This record gives sequence, C-alpha cells and structure tokens, in this order.
Amino acid sequence: MAKIIINQDRCKGCFLCVNFCPKGLIKKSVKLNKQGLNFAEFSRRGNLNKGGIPPKAGDLTDCIGCMQCVVICPDCCIEVDK
Amino acid sequence: MKKTFKHCQSLYDLPTHYCPGCGHGIAHRLVAEVVQELGIREKTIGIAPVGCAVVAYDYWNFDCSEAAHGRALAVATAIKRVHPRNIVFTYQGDGDLAAIGTNETIHAANRGENLSVVFINNAVYGMTGGQLAPTTLLGQKTSTSIEGREKKAHGYPLKISEMLALLPGVCYIERVSLHSPPEVLKAKRAIKQAFENQIHNLGFSLVEILSPCPTYWGLAPKESLDWIRDVMQKEFPLGRIK
Ligand code: SF4
Ligand code: SF4
Repeated sequence: MAKIIINQDRCKGCFLCVNFCPKGLIKKSVKLNKQGLNFAEFSRRGNLNKGGIPPKAGDLTDCIGCMQCVVICPDCCIEVDK
Repeated sequence: MKKTFKHCQSLYDLPTHYCPGCGHGIAHRLVAEVVQELGIREKTIGIAPVGCAVVAYDYWNFDCSEAAHGRALAVATAIKRVHPRNIVFTYQGDGDLAAIGTNETIHAANRGENLSVVFINNAVYGMTGGQLAPTTLLGQKTSTSIEGREKKAHGYPLKISEMLALLPGVCYIERVSLHSPPEVLKAKRAIKQAFENQIHNLGFSLVEILSPCPTYWGLAPKESLDWIRDVMQKEFPLGRIK
C-alpha cells in the first residue's frame, strides 16, 4: 500500500504523471490551482484495466509505489509514502 | 510510512521557470541527485549555460558560475585547472554546446580536460523563440524553418557526440533520453558515470540527453516524449558512443 502526495500549487499540469501511472491513479483536476492551471490529483482507486501489479487484499489504495510518477515529474511535485 | 522521495539537499525546493513538461526540470533533478549520492556537494562547481537553463544556478544548492554563451567549457577548464580537487561540470543546451560553443567544446574535449558535461539536446533554440539549431532534424519545423529543415539550405543535424568520440582525450560519451521513467533512470546512471570518471581523473566525459521541448515542438508534453521515442531517437540513436 502506498500513497502519493502532489504539491498541487507547484504542479504545471503537464500530466506526464497521468500518462505513466500504470494503475491510472492520477487524474486531471477540475479545479484550478493558484497558477490558474488544472493540476494532477491522486485518487485511491484507479483504472484497473491499465494492468500493472495488483494491490494486495486489504490495501487502502491501488498505488503500488512504483515511483514512475515521481521519476517523470519535471517539477518535483510528487512525494511517495510507502 | 516512509517518505521515499524527497527533495535532495543539492536541489532547492523551488518552482522552476521552465514550461510544463520541459525536460530541464528532470535533468536538473538528476544532476542534483547524482551530486548528493556521490557526496560531492561541498566541492562541486557547476557552470550554467546561456539558453533556457541560464539560471540553473538558482535551483542547485552548490557552487555555480555563469558563462558567456557557448563558453561554459572554457570557464570550466579554467576553474578545474585552478581547483583540481573540485568536481567541475557544465550543463549546456544544443544551441550553446553545439552551435556558438562548438569551438570551446571540441578543444576542451581534445585537450582531454578532466570535466563532466551534461548536454541537453532538444533540437531547437528554446530561450530565443524556437529557432533552428544545428541539431534540428531534417523536416522539423521551427520558427526559422517554417517549411521544415531542408538539407540544401540548412545542412544536416549535427552529431556532436559522435564527432567528439573520435578524439583521444575523451573517455566517455553516452546518449540517453528522458522519454519514459526507465529511460530517465538510465540517464541518471550515465550522469553518475560521467561524474565518477572525473573523480577518478579519467578525462573528458559527456552525456547527451534527448530532452523534450513541448513549447517549440508544438506538441503536448506526452506527445513530445513519444516524438523522442519514435522520431528523434532514429536520428540520434541512444547508447554508449565511447
Ligand atoms: S508530472 Fe508533475 S507537473 Fe506534471 S502534472 Fe504530474 S505532478 Fe503536475
Ligand atoms: S507510485 Fe506508481 S502506482 Fe503510485 S501513483 Fe505513482 S505511478 Fe501510480
């Protein structure tokens, strides 16, 4: 079970993290951040059709802590808690 | 719960001025992580280029100097010769290293200066408005080649890494890319290698990083990464060159 924390006000809305999360857990927000941009938002449950390693039973989120979002974010907006 | 990613000490916790999806942000972080992991923050001196990364020294928490356009390797040569125990690297774009600075680049490499170079190749001049760079691909549209680069008028994309690999003073050249998380991790390993070579006094090392410029490629950030994977990589093949 893992969880990511996105610095929403720093996020520039490039959505690279959205594209690379193998579990489809990151989504484009409807709200705007203080830069006036749509930002990336974490959701606990993802699009399971996207494959990847399935979460273990009892996990609170589908996030597998693979860090792909962290590695690709150009603005160091994402922290992962494992 | 354990935090598995935090800002490392070598990188200030600041927003950058780069466009959304720009590869510079990733490359800055990789350099900072390498400096941190090698434990050389106190003795590293970075040379910032002219180009989009002109204020790179605002983001790195170690000593830096600025150089005139293209002259980063001349400045780095001087600093390294005066302070041989420090680790000196340059961070340069393609307009800087492969156009106005070709002279400095070739001669620093030929002298086998014990330096590390992080070379960002995004195939355009970013800072000045997306003009044609020596590394622009044939057919690529830029603000000064609106019909696309044409070989008769503009020549061919310059493969500076392959050229430098011919010089005996050069010990290591690798081309990497930022088009996916695994490639980003490979890029970090290559940067680390370039720094380690300098620590072991092996000579001139250069890492060329294919980096997205969504703004002047006219593509969305993810499409830019796909363009590197599908198009740019064919002209600039990845891997160890020397
Ligand atoms: S990769 Fe970073 S900057 Fe881009 S949308 Fe995700 S959190 Fe925001
Ligand atoms: S760590 Fe992996 S699974 Fe979790 S949000 Fe990031 S990309 Fe998705």
